[in-house]
Amino acid sequence: MMSEIFSVAFITGIIAATLRMSTPIILATLGEIITERSGVLNLGIEGTMLFGAAIGFLTTLSTGSLWLGVLAAALAGIALSLIMAILSVYLGLSQHVSGLGITIFASGLAMFIYRLVVGSPTVPPIIDPFSPIAIPLLSRIPILGGSFFTQYSLTYITWLLIPAVSIFLFKTRAGLRVRTIGQNPFAADTVGVNVNLTRTLCLAAGGAFFGVAGAFLTLAHQNMFLIDVIGGRGWIAIAMTIFGNWNPVMGAVGGLIFGFLDALQLRLQTLGVDLPFHIFLMIPYLITIFALISVSRKASVPAGLLKPYRREDKGG
Amino acid sequence: MQPVIEMRGVTKRFVDVIANDKVDLKLFPKEIVGLLGENGAGKTTLMNVLFGYYNLDGGKLLINGGEVTFGSPKDAINHGIAMIHQHFTLVQTQSVLENVMIGMEGSFFLNKKKAREKLLGIEKDFGLNLDPDAIVWTLSIGEQQKLEILKSLYRGAKTLIMDEPTAVLAPTETIELFETLRILVASGHSIIFISHHLQEVMDICDRVIVLRSGKRVAERKVSETSIPELASLMVGRELLERLERGEAKTGNAVLEARNLKVRNNRGIVAVDNLSFTLREGEVLGVAGVSGNGQTALSEMLFGQVKPEDGEIHISGKNIPGGSPSAIIKEGMARIPEDRIKTGLFMDLSVKENMILESHVNEPISKKGLINMKEIRSFAEKCINNFSVKTDGMDAPVKSLSGGNLQKVILARELVGKPKVVVACQPTRGLDVGAMEYVHQAMLDQKTDGAGVLLISDDLDEIFLLSDRIIVMYEGKIIGEVSTNEADRDKIGLWMSGVTS
Repeated sequence: MMSEIFSVAFITGIIAATLRMSTPIILATLGEIITERSGVLNLGIEGTMLFGAAIGFLTTLSTGSLWLGVLAAALAGIALSLIMAILSVYLGLSQHVSGLGITIFASGLAMFIYRLVVGSPTVPPIIDPFSPIAIPLLSRIPILGGSFFTQYSLTYITWLLIPAVSIFLFKTRAGLRVRTIGQNPFAADTVGVNVNLTRTLCLAAGGAFFGVAGAFLTLAHQNMFLIDVIGGRGWIAIAMTIFGNWNPVMGAVGGLIFGFLDALQLRLQTLGVDLPFHIFLMIPYLITIFALISVSRKASVPAGLLKPYRREDKGG
Repeated sequence: MQPVIEMRGVTKRFVDVIANDKVDLKLFPKEIVGLLGENGAGKTTLMNVLFGYYNLDGGKLLINGGEVTFGSPKDAINHGIAMIHQHFTLVQTQSVLENVMIGMEGSFFLNKKKAREKLLGIEKDFGLNLDPDAIVWTLSIGEQQKLEILKSLYRGAKTLIMDEPTAVLAPTETIELFETLRILVASGHSIIFISHHLQEVMDICDRVIVLRSGKRVAERKVSETSIPELASLMVGRELLERLERGEAKTGNAVLEARNLKVRNNRGIVAVDNLSFTLREGEVLGVAGVSGNGQTALSEMLFGQVKPEDGEIHISGKNIPGGSPSAIIKEGMARIPEDRIKTGLFMDLSVKENMILESHVNEPISKKGLINMKEIRSFAEKCINNFSVKTDGMDAPVKSLSGGNLQKVILARELVGKPKVVVACQPTRGLDVGAMEYVHQAMLDQKTDGAGVLLISDDLDEIFLLSDRIIVMYEGKIIGEVSTNEADRDKIGLWMSGVTS
């Protein structure tokens, strides 16, 4: 068994799978980081991902275009996030309740629309999914070539988004405003920054990320839509946001660790160890819980998180 | 001369209250105008209108003679008006430079080099030195205020509104602030200075406008008025005689703190190796600029926080740290700093708030069941003895005024004849009448033989009530003196960390 684990094919395979499995987690985590940095916790993430997965899949199924599917998933995510913005930003309702409401609503809506379009066939319809792209030259490097440089285009885009989101948050005008609003919305308002509009835009950006993260699962990772396709990855992204201390690079590291554990457990299942496969499925989630316990005590939560902002209606 | 700012008949209503009623105000170039009034007189509201934070319901706003309408603070900033709020509008986790830049960043990518040069230039011009890379939470309160002033100047503000800027400062920091204000005025700026501190208004302002219940009741040139005149204009009646402190008849030690140490939630030592002894029949005042560990000290004494090191003894008995119930059992009356957040449950009724600490004891409860009849008679006694103004004991406490909220707490804490009273900022935010009541209550406790620990950042209050004064600075006791021998200037120096 040991020799199997340390073979070149095994290592290449597990690195490749790690990157693949971590793509939706990282993408969703980046979206959640942008949203939470502006002071809004979007618990609609799980439902938004499922909705993106369904809309992306159905769009590709009917048009035959994978990229149209990705675009539709992003728009679907934005639409749900705007509902979240109305509830939690403009009406100032509890972010927890609004977010969970969105998740429940979107999960139902996703299945409803899927049934409406597809019906209930005995064999679910499939699409021709994204295939990995081997980057010329680089993909010929031993081990690294077959793993790092033979991936889906959405995975490459996700890698580029990690530094892009970092630069956005820490080096741009808009990023400074987002961070300030997340820490002290009153301070931002007094210097003329529109708090609620900025929060809405952050929610919309996050929603696009969630939608595409969901669509990755139905357009690349698999080739069909199943109701449990997200499998709690949205909640994992919430955990990774905290794990990464609201920093895109650290959040991505968390996503990679989860992706690795997910890839590892899949392989352990096939090695024929005499244990129920559910035990292996549990591993990444269990380790996530332990990682969170150890890290989150030091986490520095954005001070304005969970607090709707309104100019006070009575002063001194 | 043309005023830079003119407010004509400004009216601002909230749902059922008129906060500003046809107020006129003129501010001329190079002038400091004091805006004086009690809590709730409408000073801050009026300035929030001028700053564009509230829309005005009536009246006019003129800048340099031209009428303007402000929809948001951004409009006010564009007209050169900046407001420095009592609670700073800073982002604690970001640098000085980032706090200054926000809203004025310029290009898409942050150009920190250019912003730094501009900031350093302003720092040099006005003698306000701050490291642009320092993170805000590492700065002292005085430095954070400098940052707020820099933030305004960076935006090209010509008029500064300062809302009670000295409330959080040590006496030496106040002197420094006044120097800065004089430099600003000399360079052509105008300042509106909100305060209820009469001496300061006399020291720094050219002109004073007095507000009472939302109305402008008087305007005086500082050179033509006096502190007593301003005081009676502000309160609307002659002030009462000073309270008689009376001799201290000290007895046994009732509260002893031995080498207390605790960290705040950032891991910084807030109280360090602090010891004191409070005796029966005396008031011990704990003075200090807020933020020097007074809150952490009270939280330890109240049992809200467990000391990292040290012991608390009540009547010679060592009390386990971090246990409110043990402290209540030993007879300590606790008057917390924040009556709304820690002192009361705003949604519960007056009677429920009154039995918070006694609800587990007989006769109020027996075998886990509470006795409504006992509660009602207890609450009635409290309301009568402490003359709480309420619609009844079943009204939620949130319907009470600030002074009456404090009376509910006093009733709850003092009705059981406590041995020790620990009062933390007991008159913060109260009007003069309620303040007198609380002061008298503290002195009555002393006469009845209790030991009273008075933690306050109001030096007048400390001098008025205390028999002995200790001064806290950076979590330590920097000095102790009997009030009869105390020198105000020396205490002021202690408060800013200067001994010798």
